[in-house]
Amino acid sequence: MSDDSKKITRKQFLAQSVKALGMATVAGIGWGSFVYELKAAPFILRPPGALKEKDFLSQCIKCGLCVEACPYDTLRLAVPGENKPLGTPYFTPRQTPCYLCEDIPCVASCPTGSLDKKSVSKEVDGALQWDVNRTRIGVAVVDTENCIAYWGIQCDACYRACPLLDKAITLEMDHNERTGKHAFLKPFVHKDVCTGCGLCEHACVTEKASIYVLPRSIALGRVGTNYIKGWDKRDEERIKNAGDNVRTQTERSKKKPVDYLNDELPVDE
Amino acid sequence: MSKLKHDTHLTLARRATQTGIILLFISGSRLGWDILQGNLSFSRFLDFIPMTDPFAFLQMLFAGAVISTDMILGTVIVLVLYGLFFGRAFCAWVCPMNILSEWAARLRVWLDKNKPGSRITVSRNIRFWLLGLALLLSIVFHTAAFELISPVSILHRGLIFGFGLGWTLILAVFLFDLVIVKNGFCGHICPLGAFYTLIGKYALLKISHNHKACTQCMDCKVVCPELPVLKNIGKESGAITGACTRCGRCIEACNDKALKFDIINPFKN
Repeated sequence: MSDDSKKITRKQFLAQSVKALGMATVAGIGWGSFVYELKAAPFILRPPGALKEKDFLSQCIKCGLCVEACPYDTLRLAVPGENKPLGTPYFTPRQTPCYLCEDIPCVASCPTGSLDKKSVSKEVDGALQWDVNRTRIGVAVVDTENCIAYWGIQCDACYRACPLLDKAITLEMDHNERTGKHAFLKPFVHKDVCTGCGLCEHACVTEKASIYVLPRSIALGRVGTNYIKGWDKRDEERIKNAGDNVRTQTERSKKKPVDYLNDELPVDE
Repeated sequence: MSKLKHDTHLTLARRATQTGIILLFISGSRLGWDILQGNLSFSRFLDFIPMTDPFAFLQMLFAGAVISTDMILGTVIVLVLYGLFFGRAFCAWVCPMNILSEWAARLRVWLDKNKPGSRITVSRNIRFWLLGLALLLSIVFHTAAFELISPVSILHRGLIFGFGLGWTLILAVFLFDLVIVKNGFCGHICPLGAFYTLIGKYALLKISHNHKACTQCMDCKVVCPELPVLKNIGKESGAITGACTRCGRCIEACNDKALKFDIINPFKN
């Protein structure tokens, strides 16, 4: 084969490039939309110490070492058909909750840092020590419509199952107006303490759990910078980086109050 | 065409390696043995030597992941192993997909025999485009894009952690190889194979061809899954380069001892 036969004209080169680019675009759109769909599964409960979902998905290499480290077989790797990011670890508390091991073997085994050791540790004398209660997998939410304790039936299954007994879930006493002589003992979740381990969901006696763990990003609102607790020094920290632009400008607020009040009075002349 | 009844000792050795590695991973997961734990994306050998899939590592870099020391160490180990020595041997000696693709290729012989001329030819360079696309999509979606859809990972994870509906994709790849494109997945599509092709370019282990001994029976070309690498057979002596997986099927097929495994200095022409 001579070299001449390999040579192509500029037009041919252009045509070939367009073709290749076109095929790559087709593949990219198909592949990309698949990745996008898989990524957009916000309802997933990750192992303890997991980074924020967006960072977790860039960091987790799907090796399954956390799954193998879990002594309770709580964790699973997502498989096709579950509509979750393939190969990433998650758990379903109603089936098997997280028992909050004190030495957190799943986090210890993670090679990538997608399960962040620091987030589930505390500093003791300059050294990091496991503190599994800092875990924030999600947050338990009570369906007060179907929780039988809210009906007035005595049930404290979730309260007793909670590893942070009387801290993450407390029983709030209330008067039962219907009978006039009984008390409600309603489970109440303290969302700042709840680890999201799901032991409550696992223990719930109703057919479908009436207390269940949701990812914090779904269950919790966000105040933003418009409101702060003036009585709470820590809450003021939250708006430290809010920036200078905290005033809202409208057509009206451009003028002085006296001016716009006088201007806009309907005056009969 | 010659009968393909010949020496199979290398194929047997490969099957033993492939299944042995899978069994060690399964025993690591199910029985808690610590010879090999994790999976082909990231594993720990003997509980302390990390091994990272370097292509997954590269995608994570593009996805903007924060890289841990374990990941870097694991990547260096694997890069040295394959980049300096074994070349693209991963595909033929470790990857579980290879077993399926070779079965498909074997079954295809019958299909081709009974309906010749029904060939779809596809460029073997597609995989390099897909490799680039994987990196591009990793940037766009902040996640290792090939890892989310990789049939190799789905098969390997499936064997260790369970398939879910993942078997459908594996079946699709098998049928693609069987009825659509010969050696379709491993030889044309798989960007992981493309990656190992690139890093294995200067690897020491290669198959060498002795032109003097060759009788030009072309039996090697019948069995080779990466046909273009054998372009020098019957023309000149030298090392088999390019996308060669070091599967050694050409060595088995050769009745003239004109092909053998060799250590070849890549910088000596």
